[in-house]
Amino acid sequence: MSQLIFERSVPFRRAVRFDACDVPEVGLDEKYVRQSKARLPEVSEVDIVRHYMELSRYSFGVDNGFYPLGSCTMKYNPKLNEFTASLEGFTSIHPDQSLSTVSGTLELMDNLSISLSEITGMDAFTLQPAAGAHGEFTGLLLIRAYHNARNDNKRTKVIVPDSSHGTNPASASMAGYTVVSVPSNEMGGVDVEALKAVLNDEIAALMLTNPNTLGLFDPNICEISKLVHDIGGLLYYDGANLNAIMGTARPGDMGFDVVHLNLHKTFSTPHGGGGPGSGPVGVKSCLVPYLPHGTLIKETYGYRYIDERDTLSIGRMRSYYGNFLVNVRAYTYILSLGSDGLKAASQNAVLNANYMMNALKDTFPVAYPQTCMHEFVVSLADLKKETGISAKDICKALLDYQMHPPTMYFPLIVHEALMIEPTETESKESMDYFIQVLKDLKQLAYDDPQKILNAPYTTPVKRVDDVQAARNPILKFQHK
Amino acid sequence: MEKYYAESHEWVMALDENTVVVGISDYAQHALGDIVFLSNAEVGDTVTFGERFGDVESVKAVSEILSPVDGKVVEVNKDLEDTPELLNAKPLETWIIKVEGKIDPSKLMTEEDYLALDKDH
Repeated sequence: MSQLIFERSVPFRRAVRFDACDVPEVGLDEKYVRQSKARLPEVSEVDIVRHYMELSRYSFGVDNGFYPLGSCTMKYNPKLNEFTASLEGFTSIHPDQSLSTVSGTLELMDNLSISLSEITGMDAFTLQPAAGAHGEFTGLLLIRAYHNARNDNKRTKVIVPDSSHGTNPASASMAGYTVVSVPSNEMGGVDVEALKAVLNDEIAALMLTNPNTLGLFDPNICEISKLVHDIGGLLYYDGANLNAIMGTARPGDMGFDVVHLNLHKTFSTPHGGGGPGSGPVGVKSCLVPYLPHGTLIKETYGYRYIDERDTLSIGRMRSYYGNFLVNVRAYTYILSLGSDGLKAASQNAVLNANYMMNALKDTFPVAYPQTCMHEFVVSLADLKKETGISAKDICKALLDYQMHPPTMYFPLIVHEALMIEPTETESKESMDYFIQVLKDLKQLAYDDPQKILNAPYTTPVKRVDDVQAARNPILKFQHK
Repeated sequence: MEKYYAESHEWVMALDENTVVVGISDYAQHALGDIVFLSNAEVGDTVTFGERFGDVESVKAVSEILSPVDGKVVEVNKDLEDTPELLNAKPLETWIIKVEGKIDPSKLMTEEDYLALDKDH
């Protein structure tokens, strides 16, 4: 690695020198004055530019290459989204200014909410939550408020399948619920008999991702939602995998009462370290009264926000009105694709995943080999047994081919799992390259395993010691 | 003394009439990979067969540890607070909790049966 910005620092070097102050100085109250000087790096402008250019070369995003990170939907982010998000009318407003001065902004938020409601089959949306897990937490608080308002206080449990995203049980737990896990059946879906066995009047909700993390659509979803509703529970839809079904199937029609979406996945807004994200939550009409502060409501006279006057509301989930500019990007994506385009995006995502699954099935066993949706899971357990090369080792080796590895060791129910999601924005050529590289690496695992164990060779940091990092984490820079 | 195993890959072994120790199997530590942290029960906790009493965190994932016995925790293995990797190095000699309780062999497997089990499918 090259130097840190602090290591480039030279005393008294500056990017900008201010003229001497020619107005009277105003002193601050002593308690606001720092006691020691801020230890900022002292660098020239070109030092700063080179620092950031170097960091950008060390990072890897979907603009750099193939990024088949399962369940993360790392699709290409169209640059048109950046154009609209940088329009001055959106960037030069302040959330505290009068609503009467931002009617275009309000209209965009309302139109986005209506579009998301239409896509998911829900009645209303809040654009408040900042990301997926925040949306989950919001959704669970809505569910709790719903049961509490009905004096139905016995419901202390939330059911999640064993293939769920880790955030589901975490969010349920954070919302004060006890988590009940249900196993998957041999087809990878929810084991309906096992579900029946845990359903009772203590169940607040079932959280489900459909298609699930195995990339499989649960064909029993209507029976599952009826079973949960029959005992008075609600259904929560984790929208992480919406990219498989847009325009074809709607969570609202499957019986879900609450939905969160990841605009940074399905709706092509920046993702990961390039965020921020956005995790809007959609609800059926029975949950509308509980929506959080800052949710836009259309009245006959215009727009208003849910606030302290709405006494049933779960309250404030974050400052102001959500990650607005992310929402502008998502709205741009929806308008630029249109309903036919959104449907085609999902269809191509599914087609790409099935193409890759079939091309790879003779190389690595597919965990659940039926037709998949937008992603699939292969197991490298046999490879590890025969060669000692693990899923992690293969992923490290992939870095040398300028590709991001798939999600690994998830879902937990598949040993040595690689979870592959190509998305619709990859060409056949880029998928074919990835497929060939995986085949070559498998061969190399038998011929020269040490070569894989030493990978990666071309990255700025070679093999990291993740065990040492987890046991003795160094989480911040410290001046010597 | 003889070890008994649960389907969820924990072992339990009697120390005397009323005391048992609980650990995880060699298969479990191998499947988890390098263990970096253990979230353990506390002395005085009640543990129930088949229910979670702690979590073991590896570089791959966090997994629950389910109790293979009913009883009350009388001691926890303090060494694991700083050196959870003992569970990788010597899984069968490293106990996690000591419990006042009795083994119910009807709910568990013998070592011979456990080792013969096809755990990958």
